[in-house]
Amino acid sequence: MIFPFGIEMAGEGGQGIVLAAVILADAAATYDGRYVAQSTSHGPEARGGLTQSEVLIGDRELDYPKLIRSDLLLAMNQGACDRYASRLKDDGLLVVDSTHVQHFPPRTLSAVAITRLCEEVTGRTVSANIVALGVIVGLTGVVSEIALESALRARVPGGSLEPNLKAFQAGLKAAKTFLP
Amino acid sequence: MTLEPRASIPSVLKPGRYFMQGDEACAEGAIAVGCNYYAGYPITPASEIMEHICRRFAECPGRVFVQMEDEIASIASVVGASWAGARAMTATSGPGLSLMLENIGYAIITETPCVVVDVQRAGPSTGQATRPAQGDVMQARWGAHGDYEIIVISPWSVQDTYEQTIRAFNLAERFRVPVILLMDEAVGHLRENIQIPEQTEYLTRFKGAGKPPFGQAEVPPMPSFGDGASLLVTGSTHDGWGYRRTSSAEAQATLVERLTGKVLNHIPEIVCTRTHECQETDLDVLLVSYGFSARSSLGAVREARAAGIRVGLLRLTTLWPFPSGAVRSVGRRARLVMVPEMNRGQILREVQRVLPEAKGYNRTDGEVITPPEILSAIRGEVGR
Repeated sequence: MIFPFGIEMAGEGGQGIVLAAVILADAAATYDGRYVAQSTSHGPEARGGLTQSEVLIGDRELDYPKLIRSDLLLAMNQGACDRYASRLKDDGLLVVDSTHVQHFPPRTLSAVAITRLCEEVTGRTVSANIVALGVIVGLTGVVSEIALESALRARVPGGSLEPNLKAFQAGLKAAKTFLP
Repeated sequence: MTLEPRASIPSVLKPGRYFMQGDEACAEGAIAVGCNYYAGYPITPASEIMEHICRRFAECPGRVFVQMEDEIASIASVVGASWAGARAMTATSGPGLSLMLENIGYAIITETPCVVVDVQRAGPSTGQATRPAQGDVMQARWGAHGDYEIIVISPWSVQDTYEQTIRAFNLAERFRVPVILLMDEAVGHLRENIQIPEQTEYLTRFKGAGKPPFGQAEVPPMPSFGDGASLLVTGSTHDGWGYRRTSSAEAQATLVERLTGKVLNHIPEIVCTRTHECQETDLDVLLVSYGFSARSSLGAVREARAAGIRVGLLRLTTLWPFPSGAVRSVGRRARLVMVPEMNRGQILREVQRVLPEAKGYNRTDGEVITPPEILSAIRGEVGR
């Protein structure tokens, strides 16, 4: 893995993009001991609107803490894919939630029906963001599984740990289908 | 607990490595340096400071948190709390700072130590609440009326936010002035690694019972209400004991000269700047920047050096009083001085007072400046 590794995550406000980014960043910084910067861009709406969050993971101190080009883009809806695909590096990985994204540029692609998978595994769609984290970790290994689980335990709302752990495992498993 | 004027106290958070947001680091810095009164009104992108203080004060006995009805009441109660002996703070964004300015002027003339945080967002007015900007540099300096000096500090990272919040409280006590911590959304909402040290520098307030609280000394002692001193505190021109002297030319001149002098006579103690990659005696380009734009600038410095252009960064942590000395001495070594900032050139004009040929690099679209765009501006100027 070449550091710094930049992950861009985007979708609709309410899909849990920011929380997922914070959990991933916390896993890398607190539990894997990396240098990490995480930031978010969204509108003033409480729900809806395009939400973007980014995580930059490095093995040394980060001078500029934001992404210029991303190594991985997670697009949780069509608008996110349309808006941010151009920031992906030429050899970057595109992960889309095919429940919501039908049109994507031709490139290294992992299309997973993230939201549908979440519903199948947990009975609800609310942990789709955590399924997505499973896919990202499974595909890249940018943080360790144990670190991500620790961050999940620390950051998900009380009482929701079990379905979120299931969601994470489902994402990890889905990622395996794309690995050689 | 009796403390020397300058003491070191154990940090409140367990020392070690954390992953924290800029706003949270501001709150933790305030807690570390003994902030025991917070009054505020929520506003994006400063609300997380208030939320974090609210949660943490509940765990730290003896600290008072109040959500006020608006920003005017917030700063008014902060001034009052400071006179009751508290270390008081409020946090807001540009629109809230506008509302607070009258009472910040009151804090200036009554020499009330307090910390006001402004996490800047894109304005004017309501503007873009969730977008970064650095448009309050002049509001922070000149927003209140009359002749005065104020201290304004701008942190560039989460670690720096923690440290500069501590410094803001100590400077406020040292000079009996309000100190404005001028953050921006991009630093306030950034999450990064941060190292909490074992010890925190702590400046004890000199109460000086029996001495005039507004005169004689350059920075007079400050007794508290409730300690037994007879205190008169007024926003009108006053003498050393606080008696109104609203027709005395001498009292007015003495007061204004002392209020401004106590800051201007101590610039080396107040001003904080740092150079990055300025080792050569002749630089192709010197970037002068602050806040998040200094992060963009450092990124550009690295990219430019990789391309063989000698670029350095002078980072301004203290914005007011303006660090003209550092700008002059480092700027003279560069063929070109460029000032990247997320406004239309508020610090550029100050730099140009020292180095008239300095050029700006500005962005006012609610987006941060990126290193590649600074590099491209540098290339345009140096022709390679």
